[in-house]
Amino acid sequence: MINTTKKNGIRVQPIKNGTVIDHIQAGQALNVLKILDIPGTSQGTVSILINAPGKGVRKDVVKIEGRELESKEVDKISLIAPNATINIIRDFDVVQKQRVKIPKFIEEFVRCINPNCISNSREPIISKFYVTNNMPGNIYLRCKYCEKTIDENIADYLH
Amino acid sequence: MNFTNMDIISMKDFSRDMIDHILNVAEELEPVARGEKRSNIFSNVLLSLLFFEPSTRTRMSFESAIIRGGGNVLNLGSLEASSISKGETLADTIRVVEGYADAIVLRHPKEGAARMAAEYSSVPIINAGDGAGQHPTQTLLDLYTIKRESVLDGVKIAIAGDLKYGRTAHSLCYALSLYGAEINLVSPDSLQMPEEIVNDLRGQNINVYQTSVMEEVIEDIDVLYATRIQKERFPDVTEYEKVAASLKITPGLLDKAKIDLKVMHPLPRVNEIDASIDNTNHACYFKQSFYGVPVRMALLSLVMGRLK
Ligand SMILES: Nc1ncnc2c1ncn2[C@@H]1O[C@H](COP(=O)(O)OP(=O)(O)O)[C@@H](O)[C@H]1O
Ligand SMILES: [Zn+2]
Repeated sequence: MINTTKKNGIRVQPIKNGTVIDHIQAGQALNVLKILDIPGTSQGTVSILINAPGKGVRKDVVKIEGRELESKEVDKISLIAPNATINIIRDFDVVQKQRVKIPKFIEEFVRCINPNCISNSREPIISKFYVTNNMPGNIYLRCKYCEKTIDENIADYLH
Repeated sequence: MNFTNMDIISMKDFSRDMIDHILNVAEELEPVARGEKRSNIFSNVLLSLLFFEPSTRTRMSFESAIIRGGGNVLNLGSLEASSISKGETLADTIRVVEGYADAIVLRHPKEGAARMAAEYSSVPIINAGDGAGQHPTQTLLDLYTIKRESVLDGVKIAIAGDLKYGRTAHSLCYALSLYGAEINLVSPDSLQMPEEIVNDLRGQNINVYQTSVMEEVIEDIDVLYATRIQKERFPDVTEYEKVAASLKITPGLLDKAKIDLKVMHPLPRVNEIDASIDNTNHACYFKQSFYGVPVRMALLSLVMGRLK
């Protein structure tokens, strides 16, 4: 039996194949589940650690059995958990580890904060945002259309 | 610098070099704008004016610009009679109208409308106001006015009025930050410039001073830019009247100012400027509205490739 999960004194059943999203900013695990539409889409076991002890700071961790993430899902996660790592587990081992990469420009999955924005009307367009990350962990999104920015509670605007 | 086919959407798209070029071209075209010199710069040009919201000054100054240069305008006509009231999307309207005209001037009640229109149009889109968003030709004519009537580089300016909601003031401050201006913001506490804009300006090493008292800044400035104060922004009429009175530009106030201080206003004014200022050398607002013509002429001739 692999004991990676016991390394930090964290007791979670190991997963055979799937994904561990680690170093999620504490408090954001449930938003990560929302982004991944869990439990809606995943059949396998999903375990969640909230406020787990990390290196110095508390963190959340999400472990998903039997699922590897699409790049678009990873992009979404990066907006609310810019320091997260995506670990792909195969046969109980971490075979790939990647820090999420914050995209410079995102399309479609964020709703503009401005109710009077043309992207919130019935025009045939999708929303588009420029992403700025001026300080680590401090992300804000600027609407390509109305130029308004979202700098707090980004998870509320994801869909 | 090549402006051909460029859309004019937001001041954020312009570098200082680009602005300088537009202002220089405007100055060259000023005699045409005044009707003193004949020009065919817009021969065979059709400009479409799509105004989904009322406008007098902006629409007429675009018409004046294009007709003085020998071109023609296509107007949207009354909204009720048009297909818009039947529920056509702006994206469709734009794809129809681009087939009729060489450029489209758009005013629309939704923020971001012009940026979207530009995605659908193969002819240049000029934003003439998108809701509470951008109005770049107003900012360019403000800069031109400062350049012609005062000094733009390092100008000491006071901007007064509703600085919280006034898009004119926001966009002007941003543009002035490219010119190392010293910016004094005069407003009641409840209508102060949003903090993020002030921080942005300070981040560009711009000196920003905030006050609610006009007298504190009047002696020192080259330009006083007054903006409209809307009654609706205040909880009650007495509060509005108190603020309006404290920011009103009167001969007594201007006695303390530099002799060549210029007073600007985007118009229409309500009570912000005493009518007795109109005949003084300080008054600059009617010239300012005229300067909209050469500036819009310059923009149109550049984006339609008639001038380089
Ligand atoms: N088979 C597994 N089942 C569940 N979680 C695992 C498994 N393998 C590794 N992990 C978890 O995935 C994350 C990344 O693992 P690892 O690369 O060993 O740690 P770190 O990134 O801290 O160096 C850690 O939170 C670890 O507990
Ligand atoms: Zn928007």
